[in-house]
Amino acid sequence: MSFSAIDAWWWPYLFILLAGWLATDFWRFLGVFLGGRITEESEILVLVRCIATALVAAVIANLVVFPSGALAATPLLLRLSAGLAGFAAYLAAGKKVLVGILAGEAVLGSGIFVTSLL
Amino acid sequence: MSCSETPRSGREEKRLLWFRRGAQAAFSIPGLILASAFVGFAGLARDAGLTLTQTLFMTGIVWALPAKVVLVGAILAGNGLLAAAFAVTLSSVRLAPMVVTLIPEIRTPKTPSWVLYLLSHFVAVTSWVVAMERFRSVPKTMRASFYAGLGSTLILNNMVVVTLVFVLAARLPPAVSAALFFLTPLYFLTSLWGSARERAGQAAMLFGLALGPVFHLLTPGFDLVAAGLLAGSAAFGLHLIGKRRRQA
Repeated sequence: MSFSAIDAWWWPYLFILLAGWLATDFWRFLGVFLGGRITEESEILVLVRCIATALVAAVIANLVVFPSGALAATPLLLRLSAGLAGFAAYLAAGKKVLVGILAGEAVLGSGIFVTSLL
Repeated sequence: MSCSETPRSGREEKRLLWFRRGAQAAFSIPGLILASAFVGFAGLARDAGLTLTQTLFMTGIVWALPAKVVLVGAILAGNGLLAAAFAVTLSSVRLAPMVVTLIPEIRTPKTPSWVLYLLSHFVAVTSWVVAMERFRSVPKTMRASFYAGLGSTLILNNMVVVTLVFVLAARLPPAVSAALFFLTPLYFLTSLWGSARERAGQAAMLFGLALGPVFHLLTPGFDLVAAGLLAGSAAFGLHLIGKRRRQA
């Protein structure tokens, strides 16, 4: 039952509702419910946070390695270097997200410019 | 300045004031970065074949950007409803501990729990970071109003961003679209590292970055869950070994 499995106007919305809203607000509501009842330092939460972090990281890597749209036309090596440069700049600037984004975009932009000249 | 003696109308006025201050906090550097990431997300959704109303619906009802990127990724990969729901559920586990840490800062003995459940919908990386920073200068009784203003304004702002992208993106040159699409991975690459609570979280991120593309080739359709489970468990294993070593 994929997103385009049923040819009805309501199916994509139901898909988003079940796979999106239920899957996110479940955790938010659970968070309210648990309130102060669980400590953030408990070991099971460390495991859960690790899996969650790794999952988002896998999404990031796939967006860089197997992109869609206009980004797919750029060389893989350029995207990897831009990502690395952004991350390195972020760390060097003392964990400034904005610096990392600007540095990564600068490398990507100049790379696109240079390859368009070749 | 004593809150308990403020007449009812005065308290309402004060709530409105703090709601407005929360709304203003949405127009900030983190808010701008989020809006930029939403430009990239809207482009991704458009490319995946989603309509504007579907993307707006997703923005309002899911809100958290990583969850939406995973959801659109699952839609792009042609995943079924169960696989998509599973991937999004796993990617959103982090919301629970975030809410758990935010609620004690907002709750007063008088706060009805429906207000807390409603406010928890606004929890995502940006609003959480901004709230945790600004709450120190917000009176405790006004934090619910402040967070309501902040959260709702962030959602509305980014709905406007999504609409603009859908209307304008067709006319963007490819280099600009590429740069915008790249904002999402850059934003999460950096903010994910910063939000990690322990070393293990950063190890999990590095493992996940490496395993994501590998499993994309090995087990397409199940790549995110497989990479997340394996990389996350490996990082947790390192965490346990490190802990045992420190105790020994």
